[in-house]
Amino acid sequence: MADVKELRKKYTPDMQSEIGESDTFPDKIKRMFRQNKLAVFSFFVILFIIFAAIFAPLVAPFDPYTQSLKDRLASPNSMHLLGTDELGRDVLSRIIYGTRISLVIGLVPTIISMVIGTILGLISGFYGKTVDFIIMRAADIMLAFPSLLLAMVVMYTMGGGLVNIFIALSLVNWAGTARIVRAETLSLKEKEYVEAARSIGVKDIVIMIRHILPNCLPSLIVLFTLNIPSAILSESSLSFLGVGAQPPSASWGLMVVKAKKYLFSQPWLSLAPSIAIMIVVLAFNFLGDGLRDVLDPYLKEQ
Amino acid sequence: MSVLSVDNLKTSFFTEKGEVPAVNGVTIDVPEGKIIGIVGESGCGKSITAMSIMRLLRHPGKIISGSINLEGQDLTKLSEREMSEIRGSKLSIIFQEPMTSLNPVVKVGQQVSEAIRVHTKVSAAEAKKMTVEVFRRVGIPEPEKRYDSYPHQLSGGLRQRVMIGMAMVCRPKVMIADEPTTALDVTIEAQILRLMKILCRDYGTSIILITHNMGVIAEVCDYVYVMYAGQIMEQAETYDLFDHTGHPYTCGLLRSIPSLSENPKRLYTIEGVVPNLLRLPKGCLFCNRCEEAVEKCFTERPNLYGVESTADSSCGIHAVRCFQYAGEVEADGR
Amino acid sequence: MNSLNVIKKILKRILISIPVLIGVVLIIFIMLRVVPGDPVTTMMGEHVNQTVIDKISREMGLDQPLYIQFFKYVGDALHGDLGTSYRLNRNVTQIILDAFPNTVVLSLCAAVVAWIIGISAGIVSAVHQNKLLDRLFMGGALVGVSMPVFMIALVLQYAFAFKLKWFPISGYGSAASMVLPSIVLGWNSAGSIARMTRSNLLGVMQEDYIRTARAKGLRQNAVMVHHALKNAMLPVITMMALQISSLLSGAVITESVFGIPGIGRLAVNAIENRDMPLLQGTVIFTTILVILGNLVADLLYSVLDPRIREGE
Repeated sequence: MADVKELRKKYTPDMQSEIGESDTFPDKIKRMFRQNKLAVFSFFVILFIIFAAIFAPLVAPFDPYTQSLKDRLASPNSMHLLGTDELGRDVLSRIIYGTRISLVIGLVPTIISMVIGTILGLISGFYGKTVDFIIMRAADIMLAFPSLLLAMVVMYTMGGGLVNIFIALSLVNWAGTARIVRAETLSLKEKEYVEAARSIGVKDIVIMIRHILPNCLPSLIVLFTLNIPSAILSESSLSFLGVGAQPPSASWGLMVVKAKKYLFSQPWLSLAPSIAIMIVVLAFNFLGDGLRDVLDPYLKEQ
Repeated sequence: MSVLSVDNLKTSFFTEKGEVPAVNGVTIDVPEGKIIGIVGESGCGKSITAMSIMRLLRHPGKIISGSINLEGQDLTKLSEREMSEIRGSKLSIIFQEPMTSLNPVVKVGQQVSEAIRVHTKVSAAEAKKMTVEVFRRVGIPEPEKRYDSYPHQLSGGLRQRVMIGMAMVCRPKVMIADEPTTALDVTIEAQILRLMKILCRDYGTSIILITHNMGVIAEVCDYVYVMYAGQIMEQAETYDLFDHTGHPYTCGLLRSIPSLSENPKRLYTIEGVVPNLLRLPKGCLFCNRCEEAVEKCFTERPNLYGVESTADSSCGIHAVRCFQYAGEVEADGR
Repeated sequence: MNSLNVIKKILKRILISIPVLIGVVLIIFIMLRVVPGDPVTTMMGEHVNQTVIDKISREMGLDQPLYIQFFKYVGDALHGDLGTSYRLNRNVTQIILDAFPNTVVLSLCAAVVAWIIGISAGIVSAVHQNKLLDRLFMGGALVGVSMPVFMIALVLQYAFAFKLKWFPISGYGSAASMVLPSIVLGWNSAGSIARMTRSNLLGVMQEDYIRTARAKGLRQNAVMVHHALKNAMLPVITMMALQISSLLSGAVITESVFGIPGIGRLAVNAIENRDMPLLQGTVIFTTILVILGNLVADLLYSVLDPRIREGE
């Protein structure tokens, strides 16, 4: 018998233990970076945009608000790489400064609405019955509105401006998150470790935060990455319609609508900010897709 | 006379991490009208062998060598079109999960009739008649009514009977049953196994029964192949396998079955784990778990060696892939 | 078919929709009246004197307590009266009914474009999974979904109406004038539908019953058509219902850019002119359409899926 054990150690040392392959969260992220080149590229594009937003004053060649009426509507040239707009302002600089608006509008309302949605989803899924019914009907109501129209109503009442867009987008988009968190809560609630925790008297809120919430994180991360571009698109659409950012703001949507008059003579004025929007949205979408592929089979069914 | 013979089949999966040799030189002979068992733990390659025979391997799996002979034709050399003519008609398969193996939005009767009409030119009405008849044969009560049922309206046992009906309706030469009763409870399992024995006898269809359950083997099979890590470790008539077990792995499997008469403090398990197919040992695939291993076992791979057998050998000889038996009667030496 | 079962399910769905309908009207109502600022001032601007404000308040019933206003509105609405537009001096319902058909035509054309392109692209992608065609189509779909509606509108307008002169730049009436707006509106949807169709189909192809179908001897194409598509297309119905909401949002911008006199443009005008009753009526009307659309899709699904139809 002892013989056999020595032989095993000698010839098959790496087969002695029973460790399987683990697939933790960092492993999953690493796998995405290995396999999904597009997602990785998008990640760096986003970093670049964040960099441009933070260091805009250093990166932009001109001040975005300085008007120069004698230089207005210039075609792209060596001094103004993307030309100038109808008030003589440098388009490239305005686009660079516009990253600030887009990123902040993308991130902050999304975070706020997802926090609201997560809380409501947890409560709804955990407690069930009447509370669940009420919250879910409220979610149904919010989801019934075509998103743009609802935002338009809010902007009508509150007036235009970026701050109001913030508030509008923060309050209006919680329903999708709430539904998803509720679904995960419902399935996790039945697991034995939750029952066990409850039976030894662990407080509900602790269970929700320590047991259920961490399991929702993968879905939430994916949702976050995918909600950011939709917030950015909402802001630019609202600004395009005139109920969003107001002049002289460097919001990309606003730039497009102001340039609409000159669409046929100076098409780049409309095109440049539009492409900027598209690039940011695309980057977040690719990243979100990549994350969804590795993190969350559940979300795929949505 | 073999109706199906698999000769030194090798199937590998070409994954990002490397080549996984799931089926590593398997030779199986299926005589006419007999029930052949393939037994082994999860992951030993028995299901892949079945899928290789049916040529239903999923990407990235490929048959890399060997031949599969059905009535004179080598299935590995057939085109997809030729193969699809054979599937369901001369060669059929039933799977483990009756719950999910039937299309949920199509009536069960229509799914079986489809199997008929793909291979024979009969009218819809004729196919329906044949379906109802086969439902009766496999023991489905009220077969005409059941024709119009949807899968979710049937119990697990009934669904498996539908699957068996679907597989048998064209009178195949060979039916492969891949863990057909694993998902069913014990009483239903007994019924299904009995049904398969009856069909084998009545239709003359040979059955390849794949399972991890030695009890099922004992109940139903005429001849058994024991697989481990993609290779056949032992093959014998059922009686011989149980009473004159040759391979240490088979011994381990049999010892692992808890007995009602003994009363040990701990249940027996075979020590160690199945090898990672990406990093197989140089020697015998079982060497790191075998209690009877000697130095040679770690450095060379044994072939299948024939063993003296007291049984009737109508299905094949008793062979063991272990150096203990080398030097006795040589088997097919692979 | 278990009729009683189906009817019970239908009634249940309708019943749940009612609080949602009420909630929708309530929320718009409150938003337009309660949130900062007096509704009349918002309408008229800051520089109007008090007597005018009071007069208009009385005429529009805005001086009444909120709940009375609400019940009156709902009562009137059930009779088809959505109030009067102060600015245009016309009945809101009438204005909406004049504009609504245009949006319907636009949306239908866009939907047809989106579904035909989307579903075909999705199927082709699934069949050629991971090959060049798949990557191309799915990449294109993602790009399509990432472009803001106004961008697509302006680009197409510039390229095909201005430069190539194939279609009119704006306006409404001829078939030619519908082409660009339909493509613009359908663009985002096509991308979504293509992606969803592909993933549904791929998901279905992994299912065990597909393996059984091939094991029976069916050829790959037959399997795809007879077994996979049937199952993959069921969620497509839900998918189409989800598109209604985003189509209506997109219509707002499309109608603005191309000058189509539909509900979307009505809403934009209502905001520009500070026409509260019109905005209210438009948004409520549109949302009710979405709810009805979802209800119909839900019911359709219940009827088509035998697992739901025949009960468990």
